[in-house]
Amino acid sequence: MQLNRLATPLVLLVVAGLVIGLPAERSRDFDGTINFLAIFATTVAIYAIFTLALNVQWGYTGVFNFGVAAFFLVGAYTAAIFVKPPADPESSVRYIGGFGEALSPPFLGGDQWVPFLVAIFAAAIASGILAVLLAVPTLRLREDYLAITTIGVAELLRRIVIQEDGLVNGSRSLIGIPKPFSGYFDADTNRFVYLGIAIVVLAIVFLLVERAIRSPWGRVLRALKEDETATAASGKNVYAFKMQGFVLGAMLMGVGGAVFAFSRGSIGPTTFDHFFATFLIWAMLMVGGSGNNWGAISGAFVVWGLWTITLQLNGYDLPNVMQNRIFFIRDFLVGALIVTVLLLRPRGLIPEERRVSLWLDRRMRRSARGDPVAGNTP
Amino acid sequence: MSAQPPILQVDLLTKSFGGVLALNDCTLSVRKGTITGLIGPNGAGKTTLFNLIAGAEKPTSGSIRFQGRRIDGLPPHQIFHQGVVRTFQIPRSITTMTVLENLMLMPPNQAGERIWNPWLFGSRVSREEEQHYERAMEVLAFVDLLELRDDYASSLSGGQKKLLELARTLMCDPDLLLLDEPGAGVNRVLLKKLAEKIEALSSDLGITIFLIEHDMDLVTRLCNPVLVMSEGSLLAEGSPDQIKTNERVLDAYLGGQYR
Repeated sequence: MQLNRLATPLVLLVVAGLVIGLPAERSRDFDGTINFLAIFATTVAIYAIFTLALNVQWGYTGVFNFGVAAFFLVGAYTAAIFVKPPADPESSVRYIGGFGEALSPPFLGGDQWVPFLVAIFAAAIASGILAVLLAVPTLRLREDYLAITTIGVAELLRRIVIQEDGLVNGSRSLIGIPKPFSGYFDADTNRFVYLGIAIVVLAIVFLLVERAIRSPWGRVLRALKEDETATAASGKNVYAFKMQGFVLGAMLMGVGGAVFAFSRGSIGPTTFDHFFATFLIWAMLMVGGSGNNWGAISGAFVVWGLWTITLQLNGYDLPNVMQNRIFFIRDFLVGALIVTVLLLRPRGLIPEERRVSLWLDRRMRRSARGDPVAGNTP
Repeated sequence: MSAQPPILQVDLLTKSFGGVLALNDCTLSVRKGTITGLIGPNGAGKTTLFNLIAGAEKPTSGSIRFQGRRIDGLPPHQIFHQGVVRTFQIPRSITTMTVLENLMLMPPNQAGERIWNPWLFGSRVSREEEQHYERAMEVLAFVDLLELRDDYASSLSGGQKKLLELARTLMCDPDLLLLDEPGAGVNRVLLKKLAEKIEALSSDLGITIFLIEHDMDLVTRLCNPVLVMSEGSLLAEGSPDQIKTNERVLDAYLGGQYR
């Protein structure tokens, strides 16, 4: 029992220790390690936005979105064409949009942040519209139909990006996506500025999700996830709530895509493959704890941590057998991690909260402590 | 009693599943303020009738009127909002939520169910939660589940789950309660309590109750009138004593159709 309670902090600590320790030990260079960690933390923060969004869709609404990549892609490309300058007709680089300059007001350093803010909202709206379009024909059907549809759409969008090469420069990728505040700092400092931005966006997304989920709204979602018939018989418009959960999740995925696009500076069709843009996010949510927002964030940290650690291992003098196969070993390790967690902790590192409503949770905790105001027996 | 207008009027209701007629021109009515029993052999169409009234399924033909308004074909949540609340034969509480939250889920039109309210008007949602909490505690006291309020609904016994189903319906001021076999699987001691609760709902709160039940003792004790269904339509109607001595009812139960 005691061990069971300590398991989650232990896993988090070990992963943190290795993520910090391995590069530090190998490079013996403080600045290098810190830079490495800044990039690592930025990636985790971006992935955490996606796991939180997927947690709304799967952990609460029970909607099976197996095409996270589709919303990721739409969000990232939308954000990119909102912040980039218009395409130069003389060059071979072709893309639509390019509103960056048009959106920059000439005061308060407007070009450094206004287009980015607009782009994040645009990305959310574009992903939300895609979600509505997908939901209308499929959401009334059984959940596996949506899973099939979303996989299909994710692949379809990737194909469209490649084939319609006037849209977002096709398979040649869209490069040179500006970063917010990049005009104020040099590249090294900007890495940390950008980490800060990613964390702020993550914090806002977390607050939005946590408040929405742990309320009567989230309670309806958890109810319909388990039993749609009973929830409809409880007077809830199941279709409307499912739609809201799915669309909110999709919009947040769009936000994640936008933050990703700014952070990478270049995106292409291969960025949004099923492994990195869908499967890994599912793995994170499963490992961390579907139905718990803290779990979703922890999952992003643990899975990406493991992913990074395994690559670090390659820097050591490993036997040839392993050295040659390190990329397969990574895939294997992530698979093994999921299986292990599902066997030992089927509900994830941080399982679903017992009480949905935050208000009720506080109330019950107070009365459990024997607070006379709350009263155990009325 | 017969002076009361029917709160629920079912006319020539037919429901077919493929080639099987589950309901065949079923006509019946439930009068306001009564506890009306619905009995009949297995496969008579009782649960199908409830599913149609509550909107879980759509009728093939015929009409259902509740307080004079057509409700057939409406989605379940709209019928709920008209004041018709049902329970299920096999209890369908939300097992992944606590007993308290199963109850707090029920009140209709909660402000906190509109997503912008938890974001922008947290204190309003909190006040509302407080009210629903107080009410849920009263209801739980009424059905004697107060001790289990913070347990997952999945941990309740079969009988307690039946009580929870009843408790859930009391969170939303129903005009008509449809209870599908409230006594099935409930032990004798709990059954007595359940019967008392149902009687109290009718006499104290004036809720009209329409219930399916196989336990004739319970039906005799609670219900007047009793409706008997067989092969998808109404066979007989009367007081429990009249029903017990009705030749056609006995035939239906004993498989008279095969004689």
